[in-house]
Formats: sequence, C-alpha cells, structure tokens
Amino acid sequence: MIVMEDIHKAFGSNRVLRGMNLNIETGTSMVIIGGSGTGKSVALKCILGLVTPDKGRILVDGQDASKGDRDAFLARFGMLFQGAALFDSLPVWQNVAFRLLRGSLKRPKAEAYEIAVEKLRRVGLKPDVAERFPAELSGGMQKRVGLARAIAADPEIIFFDEPTTGLDPIMSGVINELIREIVTEMGATAMTITHDMSSVRAIADNVAMLHDGVIQWTGPVAEMDHSGDPYLEQFINGRAEGPIEAVR
Amino acid sequence: MSSEGLSLNPLALLAALGRWAISAVAAVGRMAIFAFGAISHILRPPFYWREIGNAFLNIGWLSLPVVALTAIFTGGALALQIYAGGARFSAEAVVPQIVAIGMVRELGPVLVGLMIAARVTSSIAAEIATMKVTEQIDALVTLSTHPMKYLIAPRVLAGIVTVPLLVGIGDIVGIAGGYAVAVYSLDFNSATYLKNTVNFLESLDVISSLVKGCAFGLIATLMGCFYGMNSGRGAQGVGRATKGSVEAAAILILAANFLLTGVFFSV
Repeated sequence: MIVMEDIHKAFGSNRVLRGMNLNIETGTSMVIIGGSGTGKSVALKCILGLVTPDKGRILVDGQDASKGDRDAFLARFGMLFQGAALFDSLPVWQNVAFRLLRGSLKRPKAEAYEIAVEKLRRVGLKPDVAERFPAELSGGMQKRVGLARAIAADPEIIFFDEPTTGLDPIMSGVINELIREIVTEMGATAMTITHDMSSVRAIADNVAMLHDGVIQWTGPVAEMDHSGDPYLEQFINGRAEGPIEAVR
Repeated sequence: MSSEGLSLNPLALLAALGRWAISAVAAVGRMAIFAFGAISHILRPPFYWREIGNAFLNIGWLSLPVVALTAIFTGGALALQIYAGGARFSAEAVVPQIVAIGMVRELGPVLVGLMIAARVTSSIAAEIATMKVTEQIDALVTLSTHPMKYLIAPRVLAGIVTVPLLVGIGDIVGIAGGYAVAVYSLDFNSATYLKNTVNFLESLDVISSLVKGCAFGLIATLMGCFYGMNSGRGAQGVGRATKGSVEAAAILILAANFLLTGVFFSV
C-alpha cells in the first residue's frame, strides 16, 4: 500500500502540491487525473524520490520511502515515462533488460536477452525489434518498448506517466488495453497519471482528481460519473465553465 | 524625482551586486560539490566498464585527428613566424628550440585543451542535457542506476587519462610540423634540427605539459557534465547548456594554464 500524507512541494514561488493525501491499496490500479501543470507528475516523482517533498511523508508498505536501502526500494518499481525515455545509445533489447544487465538484479547476458524478447512479445512487438535502436521506432512502438522495460524485472508497483500522450486514438486504445492486462496478470499495484478519459475508464480501479495541489475527489471509477463533485464533473465532461478556471 | 532616484540607485546597485556575488559563489559551490561527487564515483565501485570504454573511445581516440591537424599546422606556422621574426636580429637558428618549447610548454596543452572543449565538452553537454530533457536521467534513477556513476564518472575519468595523452601526441606532432617546415622549406639541416630540439627540452617541460593535459581534461569533461546535468527545459535549455559549457571550459582552461605555468615556471 502506498500512502501519501500531507505532501507539499513548491518550485520557487509556485506551490505545486499543497497538502496532498492519497492512499493506493496493494494490487489496485489508481489513476490520477487533473489539468496540465497541477502537479500530477511531481506527485509521482515524489514517491520515487526523483523530487524531494518540502513537507509530508510517503509510506510504501509501511516503510518511509525516503529512508532505507534505495536500490532495494527502487527495484520494486517499474515506470513508463511520458516520452518513453528510452536510451538512444542502446539497442531496444538492452533498454528493456537494462535493470537485468547491471546492479542487484543482474543476470547472465543470454538470459537477460531472452527475458527482453519475451517482454517485447508480451507488449506485441516481434523479436526482430530487439536489435533495433529507439530512434528507428515509431512513437507507439517506443511506448511499447517503454512498457516492456517497466515490466522487465516483474515489479510489484508500476507507474505510468501519461501513457497515451502523442498517440493516435487506436494506438491509445491498444496501450490502455495492454496496461490493464499486464497490471491484472502481474497483480501489481499501478499508479497512472493522465488527462485522457479513455485511459481512465480502461485502466482505473480507483480515480483521484488533483487540483490546486490537493486531491479534490477520490473514489472507485464506477462512481466517477455521478460523484457530485463540481471539479471532477467539469473535468470529465470537458466543460470550460465551472470551478476550474480555464485560460482562454 | 531625480533626487529620490539618486538616493535609491546606489542601494539598488549594491543589492544587484550582492545578488550577483551570492549567485556566483553558489555556482562555484555547486560546481565544487559536483566535481567532488564525480571524482568520488570514479574511485568507488561498481564500475561500468562498457561506459568507460565508450568514453575513452569518444574522448580520446576519436579526438586524435582534430588534435593532430591542429598541432601540425600550428607547429608549421610557429616555425615560419620564429624564422621571420628571428631574421630581424639574425636569430633564425633558434627555430627548433622555440618551436619545441612553445609547443610543449604552451601551445600543445592549450590548443588541445581548447579543441577538446570545442569537440568533447559541447558534445557531452548536449548529450546529457538532451537525456535530462527527455527524462532519460530520471529513467536511469528508476532503474537503480546512479547517473553520476553511469554518465559522469566514465567521461571525467576518460578526460583525466586521455587528454594528457592527446597533449603528448599534439606536442610531438606540432614539433614534427615545425620540423617539416624548417627542413623542407627553410633549408634547416634535419639532424641538427632534431638534436637541438631534443637537447633543449627538459623533463620539466614535458611534465608540465602532461599535468596541464590532466587538468584541462578534468575541466573540459566536468563542465560538459555539469552544464548538461543542470540544463533548462526544451531545445533552448539544451542550447544554453552547450554554449555555457564550452564558454566555461575555455575560460577555465586558459585560467588554469596561467596558474599552472606560474606554478611550474615562476622564477
């Protein structure tokens, strides 16, 4: 279980998170929605330690995320970045097996290659992609490789940062389905950041709406459409009028 | 209004000066902490041998052509200049000695350092800044890999080791350029030229050249890494990081050259 307690984070005078509280149950899929620049990515990066909160506490299975063995902590996570964040200088298979080629999870090279090819197959890519470089792939294929990398070491917790941004609707649907299938079959805890409502409906067990640095509403995805929360309703219906100020 | 303006201006000027001084000291502090971190990661395992090998190849081996070409033309031009200048007071015969001392003590290390700043510092800064902008650095962290150890330490190590070697090669090639011009164009005797060159050079000249190479390699790679890791967002951020890294590396190389020359050769 991931617990975020009273998380504050400011960049200069810009107070992005202003006391965010959120619980994510083990084995569930939480999707955080909210407008651009509301701090969704910052919240996710706070959990991973990529950004240090100014105040507050993050617990993962009761253990303070800022303390203890960092390598062991990060080994529990997989992450799909918004732009896939693949390493240009490495072929696809080495990107996927990056964690398996070094550090505490190191395996023999041949075994790491086999796992990479298997994970690529799992996300719908053929083995011949393994030897290609990221720059030779389309955006959708790069996302799939990023997804394969995120699941390569069978993590307990997987983060997805804007998984469908920049993809056409059909490819978005494919990625959403893949994420849902993989999270279900791995039994992993998932946290996704998006403002794509089709992703929310495809991926989420629970939804949290982040606005003004705090969680405005959270609950099961089934209750999202009749929550009665004006912020959430404005967001999911894409209305310009409402409590969320829209810049024209 | 004018008297109020006059009374406020000195304070505003002082405040601006103070802000500049604080930010300059903070930048130096950040750079020092970064340098300390980089060097400590060079010494501590794990070692990423593949990354270290790539860094040696890119910074050392692939810089050889540009270093050799710069040195050979500079050595040749130096021989021509000394010959023409020396002719004014019948001192044409000092060409081998001055080319040797000029290349080994000053021109070799400085020109190689500046070429490395242009070729390597810019490339390191642009590559790392792009990795930062595209979240590849964050990805490294989430994959339990320390960016200082994986990206910075191999490049800085390669700079410290390969740049003095490049300086040594540059010195030799520069002297060879001077030799070629002197022997084939200015009618110097080949054996005498070589004998004068070898006899005139002292071991301190060579040692100072190689030490300067070490220092310049450290500066060039550190600046590339530091500016890359601290780049702003987007293409503009990458551009600024690249430009800033080359400017900082070139200025620091010239300043370090002055200091080291003082240390080795102050009377």
